Amino acid sequence: MTSQVDIPKLVGARVKRREDPRLITGNGQYTDDIQLMRGLHMAVRRSEYGHARITRIDTSAAKSMPGVVAVLTADDLTDVLGPMPAAPATPDTKIAPRNVLTKDKARHVGDPIAVVVAEDRYQARDAVDAIEVEFEELPAVVDLEAAMQPGAPKVHDQFDDNVAFYWTLHTGEVDEAFANAGIVVKQRMESQRLQGVPLETRAILADYQPGEDHLTLWTSTQAPHLLKPIIGGMLGMPENHVRVIAPEVGGGFGVKADLYPEEVLCCVLSRRLGRPVKYVETRSENFQATVHGRGQLGEYEIAATKDGKVTGLRVKILADLGAYQGFFGNVVPTLSGLMLTGVYTIPALHCDIYGLFTNKTSTGAYRGAGRPEATYYIERMMDLLARELNMDPVELRRRNLIPTEAFPYQTASGMLYESANYGPALEKALQMIGYDRVREQQKGGPENGKYTGIGVSTWTEICGFGPSAALPGVGGWEMGKVTIERTGMVTVHTGTSPHGQGQETSFAQIVADEFGVPMENIRVIHSDTDKVAHGVGTFGSRGTTVGGAAILMSINKVKEKMKRFAANMMDANEDDLDVSGGRVWVKGSPDKGVTIGEVAAAAYFPAAFPPDTEPGLEAISYFEPPNFAFPFGVHAAVVEVDSATGQIALKKYVAVDDCGTVISPLLVAGQVHGGVAQGIGQAFYEDVVYDENGQLISGTLMDYALPHAEDFPTFELDRTVTPNPMNPLGAKGIGEAGTIAASPTVVSAVVDALKPLGIKHIDMPLKPERVWRTIQAAGRPS
Amino acid sequence: MAANSPYQIRLTVNGEPREAGVPARRTLVDLLRYDLGLTGTKEACSVGVCGACTVLLNGRLVASCITLAVQADGALITTIEGVAEGDRLHPLQQAFIEHGGFQCGICTPGQIVAAKALLDTNPQPSEDEIKDWMMGNLCRCTGYYQIVESIARAAGARG
Amino acid sequence: MIPSAFEYHSPTSVEDALGLLGRFGDDAKLLAGGHSLIPLMKLRLAAPEHLIDLGRVQGLSYIRDEGGAIAIGAMTTHSAVAASELLRSRVAVLAEAAASIGDVQVRNRGTIGGSLAHADPGADLPGVMLALNAELVARGASGTRTIAAADFFTDLLSTALEPNEVLTEIRIPVLPANTGSTYLKFANQASGYAIVGIAAVVTVSGATVADARVGVSGVGETASRASGTEQALRGQPANADAVKRAAQQAADGIEPLGDIHASAEYRSHLVRVFAERALNTALGRAQGRG
Repeated sequence: MTSQVDIPKLVGARVKRREDPRLITGNGQYTDDIQLMRGLHMAVRRSEYGHARITRIDTSAAKSMPGVVAVLTADDLTDVLGPMPAAPATPDTKIAPRNVLTKDKARHVGDPIAVVVAEDRYQARDAVDAIEVEFEELPAVVDLEAAMQPGAPKVHDQFDDNVAFYWTLHTGEVDEAFANAGIVVKQRMESQRLQGVPLETRAILADYQPGEDHLTLWTSTQAPHLLKPIIGGMLGMPENHVRVIAPEVGGGFGVKADLYPEEVLCCVLSRRLGRPVKYVETRSENFQATVHGRGQLGEYEIAATKDGKVTGLRVKILADLGAYQGFFGNVVPTLSGLMLTGVYTIPALHCDIYGLFTNKTSTGAYRGAGRPEATYYIERMMDLLARELNMDPVELRRRNLIPTEAFPYQTASGMLYESANYGPALEKALQMIGYDRVREQQKGGPENGKYTGIGVSTWTEICGFGPSAALPGVGGWEMGKVTIERTGMVTVHTGTSPHGQGQETSFAQIVADEFGVPMENIRVIHSDTDKVAHGVGTFGSRGTTVGGAAILMSINKVKEKMKRFAANMMDANEDDLDVSGGRVWVKGSPDKGVTIGEVAAAAYFPAAFPPDTEPGLEAISYFEPPNFAFPFGVHAAVVEVDSATGQIALKKYVAVDDCGTVISPLLVAGQVHGGVAQGIGQAFYEDVVYDENGQLISGTLMDYALPHAEDFPTFELDRTVTPNPMNPLGAKGIGEAGTIAASPTVVSAVVDALKPLGIKHIDMPLKPERVWRTIQAAGRPS
Repeated sequence: MAANSPYQIRLTVNGEPREAGVPARRTLVDLLRYDLGLTGTKEACSVGVCGACTVLLNGRLVASCITLAVQADGALITTIEGVAEGDRLHPLQQAFIEHGGFQCGICTPGQIVAAKALLDTNPQPSEDEIKDWMMGNLCRCTGYYQIVESIARAAGARG
Repeated sequence: MIPSAFEYHSPTSVEDALGLLGRFGDDAKLLAGGHSLIPLMKLRLAAPEHLIDLGRVQGLSYIRDEGGAIAIGAMTTHSAVAASELLRSRVAVLAEAAASIGDVQVRNRGTIGGSLAHADPGADLPGVMLALNAELVARGASGTRTIAAADFFTDLLSTALEPNEVLTEIRIPVLPANTGSTYLKFANQASGYAIVGIAAVVTVSGATVADARVGVSGVGETASRASGTEQALRGQPANADAVKRAAQQAADGIEPLGDIHASAEYRSHLVRVFAERALNTALGRAQGRG
């Protein structure tokens, strides 16, 4: 055997993605690409009213239309056990029971009332129009402040009002901080309702096999393992007779990490009819019936000394739950509550969060899920405070950043930030954006009515979901299984469910490095509950941090077993052995070793087994995170605002992010680019608009505006690396960071640009008309 | 032809003659996906703004979700399945892999077909020309940067 | 989304198309590029029982220099109009407006005739037609007639076309020497439609503005001319100050629409700002300053 060969490390290297060949040739199988013989198609009759009593449903005409096999309403669903599940925010959260189809009342535009099943999707769609529904329109509650008023129309009649929960937090001497403050700044801010707009709408295919009493559910979901026991429970089927598969999923962003009525309906119908049933959501339905994101109104007060040392924060948040609650509806606003103090040493904090029912689509997790809101609020408050103190906003931040030596740092909101080092990231970002140069340039004033502005945001966020105690009913652990096959190939099973994040590649990189085997010899299997026994899913930036950690645990267990076999083969001592470079070898005598292939053969076809050792070479591990993870960073942007029209040009964007250990720089960059794009989307373009009757005005992609490539300059990325001491990989997570950081960064830049006009704040989205009106109201001509 | 009875159409898809009997209201994307089994092309917005349904019709980029199948009778269609040459990936496909031009992959078929049409028309596009041409192809995952980069690199590789 | 069922007809001549229109009347719609109509049908906001596809009618797609005018067939695509060297050099405003429509996919199917006949308030071309004093040629059962652009756009989504007429040609009168033109647009970020689109055509004579025409798209229920601005600029010195003053009146006489994308007040404001900018560009081109 030759001596130890230096194999370049793959972790941290720019490695091509392995998912790509199938996706690049149009061979990726998304749910609607799967055709089963004798398949039926389901279409949904939904409410066109925001709030109405349903007084009559007549399905007789629909039932007699060509190709129609069944038409069901709520009364027909006697074989669905129990309401849709929803997680509480507090022990006394009012959970509004939600049935799969609504019966007496429609509570939002899009609320499902009846379903049609037909031989083809065209026939199903035609039959939906033939279902007659009579409504008695009711006053709708759409505005959050109105929803809280006594006497407001009630979304759910069984409750006294529209307040589902009240969550509160109080730490430190808040009243004292405000009483003794050198300065107090107040601001009302909105984090507007958004849509996730994954480019693939939800798609579902259910196939019940009566002979085996077995159900297979293909669905465009981020969490097949979470759905499996719930589907089983709602159908009264044993959990281990249900198989849930997430095929290729065309974007999730959090909105596909929920259980949806249509999933239950397709399963029930397939069982009843003995044929596969498929449902593909139209884009219009996606806008009405897939959970929305954000939707908060924040009222903030910040107290500080005259030198700019923040001493206290008072927060009131009204959170828009929509009509129903789901997995994350109640939970997301509380995540805002956990991150209110951001990267700053704020010792005193009082927070009141009200979760409110409204006659709108339910809200849920959407990229960042509560943390973009919290980060936006605190960053805006710091800018406003700096303005009032006539201090540079970066200098104000420097005075309040948690110093490096203070980590691990316990925040006033009860979070333990495990490690961070804000200073170097800040310096790098300032240098990359050319902060001093832009400030100098601004002294020249506007050119042709165009104002230049610069914004800097220092951010941290809570991810790597997470300690299971914090995720009751769901769990926050992740499962990773590593198997060395008989021929020395490696198979990884992960309970995560990647849908674009590239973990088939990044997990293979970890395995390749640890064992020293080529990437081609490694296969990563996920998203099928029959192939992967247990898991939680991909959301909350947990794939690498939690899923990768579980895999690393199993790799280490397998290494130990390999050493046992190898020791037996070489007549050596286990403790003297090491595993790397594709071999198990004797420390100090690297020439003495056996290949992984030889060990695998010995593990399955032994000449003699080592004592007390079972055959086989695999390990299953569950990683239970001891803590959330807290990536951090600094983003900065330069904008130019045309004061004549309010149009904004984004001239430069810089992101310096720290996600701990980096497995794949290419994948991390992809997550930051995509995340920043969505954060800018919220800041400048996106807005879900309802009228006072609960009609969804922004109902198609002709009305809901997304950013285009030409709206962005090149995003300049860099990083610092502060390994996470509480994670075996040292990873922190990066999936949502870009979105969390970007909105406050670009808003800050625009407000900074308009500082000479006396403008201090503009609510998102900063559409040109809103910017222009703010300029007009500031009273100075453009 | 009566409303729901089949209208016989013949067309060439990726060089192969194909035919199908479809109702007049069948869109081209539905014909490709469900009647001809070519599921690479996707429908994502249904109103022709997102580009996921992009195919080449007689050499020009069109939104197949707002084109009727009957309008494509007699046409030459190229879909994503026709971009690679057997096992050999098109330089664009290679570039998208090298430079991370996609994540979830749902918009990718439309992106590749649109980018191929660009490079066939303008082999050395500037970054602005790429962004302008690709405006009809939305992506929610990548923030566009790595898509534009992939196309630019593919152009460089060919030039 | 899936449209309601309909019958499809594919005539190969204008005569046949007219015959079908006569037969089916109100139950029929003409199909050109389909990029306005088919989305509406998929949303089930429109459900014609008969679609008459003009796509296979021969001889309706051309751009011809006929000496006194440029003639454009009604089924000429926006791509062809945007790429036409003839139009880019001689009627820049039209080529620029066509190039600004939607995206490559839309421009490859959308047609000039289809866009004008549909007369969506957010369409770019109607205002351009007004600024160019274009003539629209329509053929009906009783023969051919020419409709001036000024008479063509009658109401929201309505034109002077009779139900049994087909728009066959658009005629652009040749622009005089020393004329410059441009199209400037504030687009709806989501749909690409014009929230405000200004078509500016300026002719200079020496140091004076001999003629100015400003077409406004996107603002009112129909496209219109900013006649106040035009009158205010005619005969004035050909400079930015005159343009600035004249542009103040650009929104006069227009009843602006308001929706979630832009309020009436903002549209009016943009008309003034964009009219000034477009006129300055057109003026510069008229003076040979490119």
